[in-house]
Amino acid sequence: MIAALILIALGALAALGLGLWARGGRSMDVEQWAVGGRGFGWVFIFLLLAGEIYTTFTFLGASGFAYGVGAPVYYILAYGTLAYVISYFLLPRIWVYAKHHSLHSQPDFFTRKFDSSALGALVAVVNLIALIPYLVLQLTGLGIIVSVASYGLIPKDAAIWIGAIIVTAYIMISGIRGSAYTAVAKDILILLVVLFLGIYLPLHLYGGIGAMFQRIDAAKPGFLVFRAHGESITWFVSTVILTAFGFFMWPHSFAASYAAHEARVFRRNAVILPIYQLILLFVFFVGFAAVLQIPGLKGGATNLALFRLVVKELPPAVVGIVGAAGIFTALVPGSLIAMAAAMLLSKNLIGLARPTATNDQTVALAKWLVPVIMLIAVYFTITGNATIVTMLLVGYSFVTQLFPTVVASILPRPLVTAPAAFLSILTGVVLAAILSFTHTTIATLAPGLPQGIQDLNVGIVALAGNVIVLVVVSAFTYRMHTAEAA
Amino acid sequence: MKPIHWLAIVPFIGMLIGPVVHNKVHPMILGMPFPLGWIAVWVVLTSIIMGILYALDPANKGDDAGEHAP
Repeated sequence: MIAALILIALGALAALGLGLWARGGRSMDVEQWAVGGRGFGWVFIFLLLAGEIYTTFTFLGASGFAYGVGAPVYYILAYGTLAYVISYFLLPRIWVYAKHHSLHSQPDFFTRKFDSSALGALVAVVNLIALIPYLVLQLTGLGIIVSVASYGLIPKDAAIWIGAIIVTAYIMISGIRGSAYTAVAKDILILLVVLFLGIYLPLHLYGGIGAMFQRIDAAKPGFLVFRAHGESITWFVSTVILTAFGFFMWPHSFAASYAAHEARVFRRNAVILPIYQLILLFVFFVGFAAVLQIPGLKGGATNLALFRLVVKELPPAVVGIVGAAGIFTALVPGSLIAMAAAMLLSKNLIGLARPTATNDQTVALAKWLVPVIMLIAVYFTITGNATIVTMLLVGYSFVTQLFPTVVASILPRPLVTAPAAFLSILTGVVLAAILSFTHTTIATLAPGLPQGIQDLNVGIVALAGNVIVLVVVSAFTYRMHTAEAA
Repeated sequence: MKPIHWLAIVPFIGMLIGPVVHNKVHPMILGMPFPLGWIAVWVVLTSIIMGILYALDPANKGDDAGEHAP
C-alpha cells in the first residue's frame, strides 16, 4: 500500500515538474501562452489531439461502459476514427485561417469569419456551458482514481484539490507548453498501462481474449451485440456520425490545433491517429474482463470496474502505477480545458466590455481567470451529483451545433451569413437543451414511427433544426444583402 | 474537393456497414465479437486509406504550397 502511495505522489510531482519545466525560460506573451508560438510539430499536436481520446472519461468511463452495457461501447472506437478522417479536411483550413488572422480561441474564429462579435460571444457562452462540466468530470475522475489506487488512504476531496492546484500552477506559468509536455508523459504511461492490463487480465483470468468473450456470451446472451430496442444498430450508426461531427468542435481541441507549425501536420496525423485509437480496444477488454469477476456494480459505480479489478488482481506497486497514469489522464485534458475556458472568457466575453485591451492585457487576465475557473470546477466537483453526467452529454450536443456553421464557413465560397449562423447555433443549442433535460427520445416524440427510426440518436433533431435555420435564414438574408448592395 | 478526396467516404461506409448487416457474436474476428472485430479491422483500414490519400493528395507535395489564406 505504501508502494502505491509513493508511486501516486511521484506521478503528481512529475506532472507538476514537467509542466513547470515546459516554459524553458520563454517569456509568455499571448502567442506563446495560448498557442505555443504556433511552432508545434506533429508529435505535440498528435499528443494534444490524442489527449481527447484518453481522458478519465475513457479510462474509467469506457471500461465502465463496457462492463455495464456491453456492445454499445463499440461506438467509441468507431466515432474517433471517423472524426480523424473529417479532421484531414477540416483542421488544415481552420489552422490556415487562424494563423493568418492571429486567432487564439475558438470564438475568435467565428467573430472574425463573420465579422460579428455577437456571434463570437454566443459561441463563447455555448463553450463555457460545455467546458465546465467536462472539467468537473476530469476532477471527479481524478478523485476516484486517487482514492481507490491509494486504498482509501488519500480522501477524494484532497486529491481533487491537489490536482486542481497542480494544473493551475503549470497552466499559469507555462501555458499550452505545460499541457504538451505533460501529454508526452501521459501517453507513454497510459500506453504501457492499458496494453498491459488489456492483455494480462483476459489472459490471466480467462486464458485469452477469445475465451473471455466466449464465456461472457454464454453467461449473458445478447450482451456483446447491439440491442433489438434502444441501443440498437440505428442508435449506433446515428450516434457515431453525430459524435464524429462534434469531436473537433470542442473548443479546447479546436484551439489546440492553432499551435501547429504547418497545415500538413493535421493530414499526417489523420493517417496515424486512427491506429492509435486501437488502444481503446484494450480499455474495453479490461471492462469486459470485469463483467464476470466483479459482478453487481450499478449506475455510477460501474466507473470503478477497472480499478476494482486491478486492486483485486494485481500487487500494490502496479495499482500505484495505474493510479499515476490515471492522474495524468485527468490533468492533461483538464489543463487544456481550463486554458481554453480562461482564454475565451477573457477575450470573447470580458473583452467585449473593454475593446481597447491589448493582447498582453487579455492574456494577463486569462492567466488570473485560470484559478477562478478551477475553483468553480472544484466547487461543482465536491458538491456535485449525478446530474454532471447529464450536463456533459448536453455539452457534447451543444458543441456539435457549431459543426454546420464551421463547415459552411470553410467552403471556397461563403454561403452563410452572420445572422443565419447566430440563429442556427442558438436554435440547435436550445433544442439540444430541451431534448436533454426532458429526456426526450424520438420514440416519445413520434411513437408511430418504425422501431429503427425511433432508436435514432435524438441529437439529430437538434442538428436538423440547426441546419434548416442556417439554410433558410442564409437564403433570406443573402438576397437582402445583395439587394442592398445593388 | 479533388476527386481523390472522395476516397475519404470509404471508411464511413466500411466502418458502419458491418454491424448493420451482421449484428451477431459469431463468427468472431481475432477473438472479438463480430461487430467489435469488424470495427477494429476498419480502424486499421482507415489508416491505410488515409495514408493512400495523403500520398496522392497534391496538397502534401512540396513546401506546403497548397495553403492559401482566404
